[in-house]
Parts: sequence; C-alpha cells; structure tokens
Amino acid sequence: MSILVNKDTRVIVQGFTGSQATLHAEQAIEYGTNIVGGITPGKGGQTHLGQPVFDTMEEAKKAVNPNASLIFVPAPFCKDSILEAAESGIELIICITEGVPTLDMLDVKKRVDELGITLIGPNCPGVITPGEAKLGIMPASIHMPGSVGIISRSGTLTYEAVKQTTDLGLGQSSCVGIGGDPIPGSSFIDILKLFEEDDQTEAIVMVGEIGGTAEEDAAEYIKNNVSKPVISYIAGQTAPAGKRMGHAGAIIAGGKGTAADKISKLKECGVHIAENLVEIGAKVAEVLSK
Amino acid sequence: MNLHEFQGKALFAEYDLPVSNGKVIYDADDALKACRDIGGSKWVVKAQVHAGGRGKSGGVKLVDTPDDAIEFAKKWLGKRLVTYQTDSKGQLVNSILIEECTDIDKELYLSAVIDRDSQRVVFIGSSEGGVNIEEVAKNTPEKIIYEPIDPLCGAQGFQARKIAKVLKLDVAQTKQFTPMLKNLMRLFVEKDLSLLEINPLVITSGGSLHCLDAKINIDANAIYRQPEIADMHDPSQEDPREAEAAKNDLSYVSLDGNIGCMVNGAGLAMGTMDTIKYFGGNPANFLDVGGTATQERVSRAFKIILDDPEVKVVLVNIFGGIVRCDLIAEGVIAAIEEVGVEIPVVVRLEGNNADLGSEILSQAGIKIESINNLGDAAKKAVELAK
Repeated sequence: MSILVNKDTRVIVQGFTGSQATLHAEQAIEYGTNIVGGITPGKGGQTHLGQPVFDTMEEAKKAVNPNASLIFVPAPFCKDSILEAAESGIELIICITEGVPTLDMLDVKKRVDELGITLIGPNCPGVITPGEAKLGIMPASIHMPGSVGIISRSGTLTYEAVKQTTDLGLGQSSCVGIGGDPIPGSSFIDILKLFEEDDQTEAIVMVGEIGGTAEEDAAEYIKNNVSKPVISYIAGQTAPAGKRMGHAGAIIAGGKGTAADKISKLKECGVHIAENLVEIGAKVAEVLSK
Repeated sequence: MNLHEFQGKALFAEYDLPVSNGKVIYDADDALKACRDIGGSKWVVKAQVHAGGRGKSGGVKLVDTPDDAIEFAKKWLGKRLVTYQTDSKGQLVNSILIEECTDIDKELYLSAVIDRDSQRVVFIGSSEGGVNIEEVAKNTPEKIIYEPIDPLCGAQGFQARKIAKVLKLDVAQTKQFTPMLKNLMRLFVEKDLSLLEINPLVITSGGSLHCLDAKINIDANAIYRQPEIADMHDPSQEDPREAEAAKNDLSYVSLDGNIGCMVNGAGLAMGTMDTIKYFGGNPANFLDVGGTATQERVSRAFKIILDDPEVKVVLVNIFGGIVRCDLIAEGVIAAIEEVGVEIPVVVRLEGNNADLGSEILSQAGIKIESINNLGDAAKKAVELAK
C-alpha cells in the first residue's frame, strides 16, 4: 500500500504541452506513471508524448476517465484549472505551480473542501510513491520503495530527507510536498491521517519550517491520533526575525511560529526531533531500531 | 509589497473611506504651497517610510506655521528614519505627507489580514487604538474582536455591527462604520491585499470615524494583475542588494556572517544556514535561486553574494529537482570566470544530473571544492571561513 497515488492512478496533466509540463510528464511516464492524457485549451485533438490532448477537462473525463490531475499551468490560470478539475469529479488534484495569488486560494480551498476533493499544493514538488507513480517534479533517482512516509512544506528539503532515508536503506512509502504557501490545499494533519492508516508506513518524517502554526497544530494532532513514530526537522532555527509591516500578522499568530516554539511543542507531543538537517535519516533509523 | 501611508490613503479615498485632506511633497520648497492649498492654521507633517513607530522617533510632528513644515521637511528629506520596526540604518525619507490637523476624541484599532488558520480574510478590531496592539492582545484579549469574512459572501452588516460593539461605537458611528467595513473588504479583495491596518482609526471631536493612518501590504503573487499598484513600488525602501536580487527573481536576505550561501528552495536555504551554524559558522545571507535557475541567474546570484565584503567563502548547495545540476555547474563556472571570484567556493550538488554537474566542476580547471555530502560541505565552508 501507499497513500494518494499508485501504479493504477490515472493521471491527466493540465497545461500538458508547456515546457515544464512536458519535461516532467516525460520523466513521469518513464518512471511508470499512468499518464492518460493532458489538457491544453486550443490544442484538443493533438497527441503529445504519445497521449491525447483535450481542450477541456469534461472531454478528458469522458474519453480517458482520469482520477488525478497534475497542474503545471501558469499562476494566473491556476484558480481556473483547479476549479475545472474539481468540478469534473477528479478525486485528487496536485498543483505544482508557484506564485498563485493568496486570495485565489481562499476561494479555491473553500470550493474543494465543499466538494470533498483532495488538493495538494500549490507551490509544491508533488507526490511520489516510489516504484509506482511520480506526480511531480522530484528527482526520481533518489527514491526507493520502503517504510518511511515523508511530508514537507519545502520541495528541496523533502529531497534531502528522501535521500538520507534511501542512503540508509529505509526507503519511502510515499512522499508528499504540501507546499509552502499561506493557504495550502492539504495540511500536515490531512497527510498524517493518511500515513497513520497506511500499512506500508512504519515511521513518518515531517519536515517543517518557521512561520504560521501548521507544525504546532500537527503536534497536537499527533499526540492524540498518531500511533506511529513521527520524526521532525524544523528549518529556520537561525533565521532572524523578518521585517514586518504593522502588527496584525504578529497578533493573529499569537506570538507563535518560531523554530524554538515549534520544536518545544513537537517534543511535548512526543515527536522525535532531528536537531540538524543532515541527521534526519539517522534519527529515523534510530527510532525504528528501538 | 508595501505601500507608503499617502499611497494607502489614496486607495482609501478611492473606496470612500474618510481620510484627511493632504498633499505629498518631495522637496522642502513645496511645503509652503502644500500648507496653503490645504488651508487652516495647523498641519500634521509625516515622514513617509515603510515602517511603523514613526511618531515615537520624531518622524511625525504637529506644526502651527508653514515655516515649521518647511523646517521639518528640510530636516528629514534625504535622511534615514530609525524606528523600533527598522534596522539600525533606518529607512530613507524621500517624501513627506502634509495633512490638515484632526481633533481626536478617541483612538481605535482596525486591521485585516489573511488568516492561515481560518483560511479567511479576518478583520481585527479593538477599542484600544494608537498603542502597541500586541500588548492589548496579550493582556486584555477581551478588548479585541476577530471577525472572519466569507470569501464568497463578502462583509455583511451584522459583522460590522459586531465589530462596532467591541469598538464601543454609538448608533450614528455604527451607521457610518457599516459601509466602511464593506468598502475595506472590497479594497482588500479588489487590490489583492495581504494586510491592511488603520492604527489609529479615530473618532473626531465632531463624533465621526476617520482613518488617521494607513498601512497596506500587497500580495507579491498578485502584483501582475495590479499594474497601478506596481507603479507605486518604492525601491528606496528596500535593501539595495535585496532589491537587485528581486529584480532577477532571486530571494535574498542579507545577514551578518561571512559564509555566502547560494541554495535552491527557501526551506533548504534555511536548512543550509542552520547547518552552517550547527558546525560553528555564520551565514552571510539567505539566497534562494529558485526552481528554474538559469546560468545567467546563477551568475547574478554570485555577483550579489560577492558584493558583500564580509563574505570569505561561498557555499553552493543545490538539490536538483526542477533545476539541472549540470546547468548550475556551468553557471558557477561562468560566474567565477566572469566576476573573477578570488575566495574559495564549496559546491554541493545532488539530484537531477548531479554526477554530470560534479564532473563539469572537476574538469573546469578552477579551484572549487566539490563535496557531495551536505554535512561535509558545510564543515569545509566553516573551516575555510575561519
């Protein structure tokens, strides 16, 4: 088992014929991902990377029945594309694009929640289940099928954790980049829940960073709902307090959001802390050997 | 992106919010005309910088004569104002807002932000304005109201009435406040704000509501669809190296250490800084070259890092996902040759085409320490920086 995606996931790529989409769809197909087609308005009827191109999601849904969408369209069009996928009845939407306006995401998040659809991202590396399916931009070579579930707000930090667990022979069940935007489609908690229910996952690595209270909320959830060991690394321990404008941001966070706050809350809730970025893998091995 | 107070107030006026009659000047010689145009016998002169705490630092003054306004303008224009919200160098004052004087009965607080928890725009109001609102939030939380606005419905009258209760407004003021709240929400959404703060929102001696200050922050991701606001950008309020980086789509923050860092991804950039510190070194900067780093951008990044005279060694840490390590390697070599880098460079490449990248670096015939393990690379950089 794994979470969110596997070799049977039928993937449609939105913004299929663009350069980034082409590069990554090509790599995904090579990895064995079941890409069943793509969407680029105005290019319907063409064939791209050996797969059919459609003008609309509705046509794609009828012709090739995808159940997951991978979005590479430029930021100004992401709201439109996510909503198009959501309204078509797709179960999983992964939006890679960075730079989506925050107010667009407020509307989108409300709608996907109403429809009960899982959205990952935007501004994320995507999701991979090693050996089965790659829906994203992560380098395939560093992954290996195994027992560690990885969740992260940062793309390249995810790769770091992946590489270390691969080098130690632990491997990964699935890796999910939830993205670093203020309004992400899925939270740490949404993904922790899936890993807790997944048989293949024996330990969970949660890579966080300063800002917001997502890690603190996840810590509380882990304490009450997660039986598997969770290992966490928080980036930004040495980052200076940012310049800010006014006080409103600070009030709403209630003074929370520093690395020290997050680490102390996580420890309090029974999460194992990797103090240093280069020790994530070793920490997982240590926890699993107990 | 931040706006100046006078720019924020121009937006307020566009949305029918009550602001003072005022003029902006860039030259002390224009102060007299501004005072005459505004009229009256008392004026408030306010230095325009992207930071709060101006009043306590002498950046705001009440003057009785145009001569005093001229004197204030001469004193501040071209100087840097240091407040508790700026760094020790302060912010450059290149404009001054001259306004008619408002007689104040009471000071209130009103702001709106995008709240990550509720995933809504949330209005925050308090009867305690003009003071440090964080203290109010900590000591007397009952004096603050948080009102989330549904993105599809917008601000409703009942929400204005709820906030008005906490602000202790009377019937007439509540009636004035209801359209104000709706207009502020429209402004927030239509102009893609990420923060709006009126501190203080005042009740004048005449009993009506008035916006005495305006802090506005625009969502950087949405600037592309706000051309009028993009024109308001004032680069003089930013660190020159940070501004230069932003022009090249690089995210750079200058710090006070001596190990220059070039990393892809904000999280990994912070993680790299943490690792340097863990091994006893001090990062000179945060620099995210982004996901689609081209050779040209890597070269630019090098120039920005090397522009800091404190930098003794550069640590390049690239984990290639989108970005190909061979391109980074070529960029590093091109930049070193172009800029004439004379300090040691430690490069750690991993991920997409990492082996090819390392090979290109080792064959380049220039002095680069190519180390694949991040811990070892950071240790080496710390050692070289000593």
